[in-house]
Parts: sequence; structure tokens; C-alpha cells
Amino acid sequence: MKKVMMGNHAISYGATLARVQVIAAYPITPQTQVVELLSEIVADQRLKAEFIKVESEHSAMAACIGASSAGARAFTATSSQGLALMHELLHWSAGARLPIVMANINRAMAPPWNIWTDQNDSLSQRDTGWMQFYCQSNQEVLDTVIMAYKVAEKVLMPVMIVLDAFSLSHTYEIVDLPDQAVVDKYLPPFDYQYKLDVKNPHTYGGLTTPEWYMEFRIKMHEAMDQALVEIKKEADVFEKAFGRRYDTVDPYMMEDAETVLVTSGTAASTARFTVDQLRAQGKKVGNLRMRVLRPFPFADVRAQLKNAKKVIVIDRNISFGYHGIWAQEVKSALYGHSQVPVFNFIAGLGGRDIFPETISDIVALVDKKKKPDQELYWVEVKR
Amino acid sequence: MKPTLPLEELMSPGHLACQGCGAGIAMRTTLKALGRDTIFTFPACCWTVIDGPFPYSCLEVPLLHMAFEATAATASGIKAAMDALGKSKTTICGWAGDGGTFDIGLQALSGAAERNDDIFYFCYDNEAYMNTGIQRSGATPYGAWTTTTPVKHFKKEVKKSIDDIVAAHKVPYQATASVAYPEDLYKKLIKAKEIRGFKFIHIIAPCPPGWKARPEDTVKLARLAVQTGVFPVYEVENGKYAQTLKTANRKPVLEYLKLQGRFKHLKETDVAQVQQLVDRRYAELEKRFQEK
Amino acid sequence: MAKERKKIDFKKLDELPPMVMSLRSMAANPTGSWRNLKPVIDLGNCIQCTICWKFCPDAAIDLVDDNPVVNLDFCKGCGICAEECPKKCIQMVKEGK
Repeated sequence: MKKVMMGNHAISYGATLARVQVIAAYPITPQTQVVELLSEIVADQRLKAEFIKVESEHSAMAACIGASSAGARAFTATSSQGLALMHELLHWSAGARLPIVMANINRAMAPPWNIWTDQNDSLSQRDTGWMQFYCQSNQEVLDTVIMAYKVAEKVLMPVMIVLDAFSLSHTYEIVDLPDQAVVDKYLPPFDYQYKLDVKNPHTYGGLTTPEWYMEFRIKMHEAMDQALVEIKKEADVFEKAFGRRYDTVDPYMMEDAETVLVTSGTAASTARFTVDQLRAQGKKVGNLRMRVLRPFPFADVRAQLKNAKKVIVIDRNISFGYHGIWAQEVKSALYGHSQVPVFNFIAGLGGRDIFPETISDIVALVDKKKKPDQELYWVEVKR
Repeated sequence: MKPTLPLEELMSPGHLACQGCGAGIAMRTTLKALGRDTIFTFPACCWTVIDGPFPYSCLEVPLLHMAFEATAATASGIKAAMDALGKSKTTICGWAGDGGTFDIGLQALSGAAERNDDIFYFCYDNEAYMNTGIQRSGATPYGAWTTTTPVKHFKKEVKKSIDDIVAAHKVPYQATASVAYPEDLYKKLIKAKEIRGFKFIHIIAPCPPGWKARPEDTVKLARLAVQTGVFPVYEVENGKYAQTLKTANRKPVLEYLKLQGRFKHLKETDVAQVQQLVDRRYAELEKRFQEK
Repeated sequence: MAKERKKIDFKKLDELPPMVMSLRSMAANPTGSWRNLKPVIDLGNCIQCTICWKFCPDAAIDLVDDNPVVNLDFCKGCGICAEECPKKCIQMVKEGK
């Protein structure tokens, strides 16, 4: 059934269809509509779930950890400062091997206070052990919530679904709501083998000396490796069930591309539009949208960039004192595999618009250079 | 004589509590009252270590270790899940030390109390951050030495009134208890188990190394705390206060203080100040006990 | 959980659970080695009030046919039992005696 909805509501509907059982969330702009609609849906009993109106994001994740440990499908949503407040427990939920799914609306970190889109919040959590999926359409958001639980519950690692503040969270698009029956067939109920159970009591999360700590960490890493396998598998399974395909990366006009734009989120949509414009001018440009940050799809990225002559990574984030974060990730993946020059552009921080002109200007600048003559390039910054 | 508590142990020996640990007695008694259909969550606290390292545990009920500030929220999450899964009868308990209750855990405690989440919240109070080596907490009483309130700067702030803070949330049940009176604690828990909503149990649990007391004095100290009025033992049901361990002629606080090295440095004037604080608080509570 | 005495020894990564969880009771850890003093109960004067049993923080006193019996594998020698005994029939005696 097709419905026009904002990105935030696509999350709410995704969580509803995924039959989440415990929701614990705290309001923050621009996530509020996610939990407001879920509140309504739960109150109407269209979803049988317990909704804990926690008193902070840290408690939201704590409640999700408690709920997931007890064997319930747990969900939360947040953004920027809220995600940062949860940081300790992002490490915790991954280490506890809990398949929690969380939607994060990419919003700039304060100060200054800024409610618009920026990726520093989610990218600075990339070492916590959470899978991260970057979405560019409301359809993808809804579908990814459902797919996320499937993958998370298979490998027992949590998943963060990321979407741009306002550009996606508050943008209305047509979304095809799948039938509950089809979702139920695709996503079975959560059956947690290690749940808190009075009939089979165990202690979880206890003290471990250096003798065994590393072994638990390698298990987490191997679970992420397995997650990549599952994500690739689900690309097919999901397509079969729902008719839509999502992979680790989303290539556009890549077959003969010489200059490749590497983008994520809604900037990727703008990039595709710009690629069409530049192609019309005869330029061999392509766009590689990064969908999955963790587990990092090394093989897919290397394969897609194999024939590129120049790679342009547009980062809506910055790791101060270093580079844009996607650029770091891509360069690290290419090292030893390719000598292609990688140009890193920082654009769109704090919700500054990334226009087609922004991107075509970037391409024009790169056209004039054989290789980068700066560590990174800041786009359209007033100096 | 018949034992006053059930014989079954849901806690095995071999755990890592110090000799004479009050928190050990508190847990042992609590488990006898709550039984097997119970799930615990602990924050970082002495019990994180007491339960034992991987791959062992001394408890016969499920336990979820969690981060320091999150006890009440975690317990709320577990309870919500158990309700969602149709297992509402299981008793869900947060079990935290004073640090994880009075200080870093206060926000989550307040949130769960305000929501009236149907959980037990136990605070076993040894009056300092004992697990990290005896640093002062909001629960450390006036006059006490700790590693962060050394003798030259002993704690001048009074103990935070956590029971009043919880009472302000109008929870259906809260109580204080002492490890010297396990039958009183047991009786309260048997009653409270049947109450739906947020239940707060504050247990004074002496700590030999932290209080610089002899391990064999733990129960005696927990008794003197009640007998001197330092730690009045009562319960509050829907706002109605009732003293469950009466102390008709309160012993002078000095009898309690002199058994603890953490108060050794107190001069007469300091002891008088402690006595005054105890008298004032006790008078406050007596008014509430007498209200109809 | 199994109250076995043997400590667990993992040989392969596969033997570990995916996350840290308990697999055996702490009864595998005999804390009796901690003590310097051990309680000796004079059962002749014992009135079987069960006070020593109920106060032991380590559950290291068992009631066997109503008589308190100290489990020396685990007793840490804290002395609470001796201190609380109303008949003073528990003596804390130096280990090795």
C-alpha cells in the first residue's frame, strides 16, 4: 500500500512492521516524529509493544539493553547529542551481543547548537561495534529497519539506521508499505538463545580478565565479518520478498566512470542528478553511494573503484586534525589495492545545502588537478 | 529452633565478598524472600566483583551486569520485555550500591520512580564508593573519613536523604532495612512483592575495610545504626510512614561511631554535631510515624 | 547452575559463548584459604537458634539435623557467627590448631 510520508514516519512504520516489542526513546529534534507516531500506533494497539518514556537517551539505550537481554525485540531512535549521550552504551550493547536496532537522524554536534544535517554524530560512533546503514530515501529507511532486525538477530550485533536531518527525516516521499504478512514471513519472531531466563539462570556481562577478554572481542569482529555475508545474502532474499534491492554500495553510472563521486545520504541523490548533467556534457562521471559503513564492504568498494582515474569523496563530516571520515575509510580500503588519487571535499556541514552546482564545481576543480594538492578541500566556506 | 528464614540458598559460597561483608548478608536475605522467579541487574559496584569473574557466578537467578548509571533504566527495560513476552510474574530488581543510587544513578532512579515502573530497586548502602577503594559518595555520612575526604578534610556535607528523594516521587512502597534484622527485611519483601509499581528498598550494609571496622562487627554495627537512630528502619506505603524497628531509648551515637576507624578523628564537638544531625532527622521521621 | 568444584578450562575459541556469561557456580572457588581464624562451634552448648547460620555473608554455615556446621572449604573467618552467637559457644581459633 503506497503512502506519502516523511522519513521519520517511515521509521515508525518500519518498526511497527518489524513487530518491535519494547520501545524506549527520548525526544530530540529532529527525531520526535518517530516516537510520536509510534506512541499513537502503540496506543491504538496497532502494535503490541511496551513504550518506556525514559528520562534520557542514556536510559533509552539502557532500557533497550535490558529489554533485548530479556529476549524482546528492542528499538530506539535519536540524533546528535542524544546519540553522543548513549556512547558508553553503544559499546555496551555491541559487547553484550544484543540485536538492538536504532534509527539515528544525522544532526550536527553542538556547539554551536545546530539541528540540521551533518554526519559527525553517527560517524564518530563507528568504532563501537554497531553496524551502520546510510539511507537516501524514505522507502529505503522503512525497508532497512526490517532488514536490520533480520541481520542483527542472525549475527547478534546491533544496527544503526542513519538518515539526514530534515533532508530526509522531514521530507515527504511515496513509500510502499509492505503487507504485515509478507514481513512476518521474511522476519521471524526474535528467539534469543541467551536471554535472561529464570528457568536457565546465567550471569551476563561479568568481569573478564586479560585471559579471555580478547577472545570475546574477536568473536564480535567475526560476527561483523559474518554480518557482511548476511547483508549480501539479504540483498537477494529481501528483493525476492519485497521486490526492492539494497546492497552494501549503490553504484550509478559506474561502468565506464573515470571520475567517481563517493557520497552518502541525500547528498548521493544530488550527486546522481549532477552525474546526469555532467554526462550530458560528455564527462565520464559516476557516483558510488556508500550504504554500509560497518561492516565495511572492502571488496565491493575496491571492485567499484578499480577502473576509476580519480576518486572524489564528499564528506558531510570532519575528523578534526585529520580528514573527512568516509575519505579515510575509502583510502584505507584502497591502500595496497589501487593508486588512484582520492580527493577529499568537506561540504554541507551543519545542514548547509549541497547543490548540484556545488558538486559540479567540485568536479571542475578536480579536472584541473592530476592529484590532490591539499590534504582536504573545504567547499564554499566563507573566508 | 526453627530458622526464621527459608533454608534454601540461592547464593553459593565461594564468592569474592570481603570477610564480614554486609552486602553479602543483604543479598542472601533478599534472595530468600524473592525466590527463583527473580531477575537482577547490577551496575558497577561491589557486587559486580562479588558475583565472581567469567565464567562463574554465585547466584542461582539470572543477572545482567550493566553500566554504572543505568540500573533503574535497565530494570525498567527488562520489566517491559517480560511484560511484552507474557512473563509479568517474574520479579525484576535493580540492585545497586550507594554510588550507583545516590549519585551517578540518581537520574535513572528518578525516571523509573516517576514512571512508577513495576520493579524493585535495592540500594545496599555501605556509604562510599567501596568497590573503587573507599571514595566518598553522596551517601557518606557527616564526619566520615574516606580516601577523598581525608582526616584533615573529613566529610562536612550531610548524607543525602535518598529516602526523601524517592518519597517525593510518591512511589507505592519504599522501606529502609538493616542487615542486622533480616526477618524485618524478609517480611517487607514478602509484602512488597505483591505490590505493583516502583518499590525502593534502602539497606544499610556495613563494610569492614571501608568503615575501618572489625569484620566480626558488621552485624553489630548494622544493629547499632538502628539502635542509635543513625539509620531509622521504617516503611512507607502510599505515603503512610510506619516505623518497623522501634527504638524507644536511642543509644548515643558515640557507641556506634567508636567501633569505626573512619570516625576515629572526630573531636567531641564533631560527635555532638553527629548526634544533633541524628536527633533532628529522627524527630522529623517521628512526626511522620505519628501522622494518621 | 552446576555446583561443581572443577574450574572450567577452555581449549578452543568455539568453546566460549558469544558473549560473556556464567557457565558454572562460584562454588568452584574455595575461599576457605582466605582465613586466619576459623570458627569452632561447641555443639554441647549450642541452642540451635540458627543465628550464626542466618548472618553468614558467605552461606558457609549449613544446618545439618538442626546443628550448625561450618563449611571450612568456604568460611573466610570473618567472625560474625562467633560475635552474634547468643550463647558465646563459637570460638574463633587460629588456623592450624
